[in-house]
Amino acid sequence: MNLTLKNLYDDFRDPKTIRALAELIHQESEGLERPVNIMEVCGGHTHTIMKYGLKQLLPEKIRFIHGPGCPVCIMPKERIDHAYILARQPDVILVTLGDMIKVPGSRGSLQQARSEGADVRFVYSPLDALKIARENPGKSVIFFAIGFETTTPMTAALIRRAEDLGVKNLLYHINHVTVPEVMRELIDSRDEHIDSYNNRIDAFIGPSHVSVIAGAKIYREFPERYGRPVVVSGFEPVDVMEGVLMLVRQFTQGRRELEIQYKRSVTMEGNLAAQRQIDEVFEKRGLFKWRGLGNIPHSALKLLEAYAHLDAEKVYAEILPVEEIEDHKLCICGDILRGMAEPTECQVFGTACTPSKPLGSCMVSSEGACAAYYKYGDLLK
Amino acid sequence: MCLSIPSKVVKIDKEKATAVVDTMGVQREVGIDFIENEVKIGDYVLIHIGFAMNIISEEEALASIETYKEILALMDKEERQKAILEGDRCDGGGSA
Repeated sequence: MNLTLKNLYDDFRDPKTIRALAELIHQESEGLERPVNIMEVCGGHTHTIMKYGLKQLLPEKIRFIHGPGCPVCIMPKERIDHAYILARQPDVILVTLGDMIKVPGSRGSLQQARSEGADVRFVYSPLDALKIARENPGKSVIFFAIGFETTTPMTAALIRRAEDLGVKNLLYHINHVTVPEVMRELIDSRDEHIDSYNNRIDAFIGPSHVSVIAGAKIYREFPERYGRPVVVSGFEPVDVMEGVLMLVRQFTQGRRELEIQYKRSVTMEGNLAAQRQIDEVFEKRGLFKWRGLGNIPHSALKLLEAYAHLDAEKVYAEILPVEEIEDHKLCICGDILRGMAEPTECQVFGTACTPSKPLGSCMVSSEGACAAYYKYGDLLK
Repeated sequence: MCLSIPSKVVKIDKEKATAVVDTMGVQREVGIDFIENEVKIGDYVLIHIGFAMNIISEEEALASIETYKEILALMDKEERQKAILEGDRCDGGGSA
């Protein structure tokens, strides 16, 4: 990248820099033969795009398709019900990250479970679960683990530390999911409908945090097998704009490559220590149901057999239902997560479904596309 | 929002694989399990939900701290604390 701009570290949010990048994108996209649809996989990117009005700065030829990268949004009701049921056990303390507070399952949210007397604790760091387990030796402490590749190593570290310290009363309910498998699913499922939707995903902006851990290498298949370029970008508006510029240049120059915009902390290989720790405790699940997207093969992790005695899904199998639950009929979160619809096309958006009373998961987390549109939507008027 | 404010290492406990870091005046304990090279007092690291993920150069750290100072200056005290503590939660505590 030979940007004739001053050092980008200095002003991640400098309007001048953002506008200068927008201008470069405008110039560059004049050479495009057709519109380019870019999926930003991650909710953090969606948030940045909405918050800074980046959509409005781009030429019409460049369109964003919002992807499913929001661990809370894709959590199916079945799994939230598991958390709810576990939390309601008299001898259980359920520990999870704050984002899970309001997500509605079919029986209620964890917030409701707590108001009904369940011991649910929301923590900043998975390591807090260890502290809670040690302080409550008479209870079963269950860590409800969520997140993409970014948070998986932290859960792995927690498991290892608990083992080293001989903590026996800490169990895990694992809901860690992986990005490449869902990207593949989105391409495959959309390409089948391409005539009817006419909004093919042409390229991806990959989230930098995932690649800090897993490396940029996890996306190699997309340019190589699917002809879709991927640029791994940071979360600041300048990062996103630069990522878009790099993608547009690939199209005008006829390249299809994997590139890293966020060189500040992303490498091709990623953090090998974190990858090792993940492999020591987790393996791929056969299938995992994503809210709104259905079952996606190998798109999530589970504990290795050696840790079966710590796997809350196995230990509490008798009380945890396995049947599938339908999503709310009016909620189009599934289509939104697939990039087939915009939040504003949903008939309950902003009326029956708001961040304080969410019907569907895209509205629950601040990372969800609906929540971002609700919060920053007036930019669009 | 994924802030990733660089944090300065002020204390290290090798036994526990933890370090105490200072993020713009807020101190907290984080795991150092994933730092491949040895971390030293005075190093700047990026934190992600309670763990140091990588060491960054002082020059880079100071440059982005300056930027964040400007952003945080626009917030009130409570917002600031929240931004510093939650800024590194980008995935289920943040995003992918």
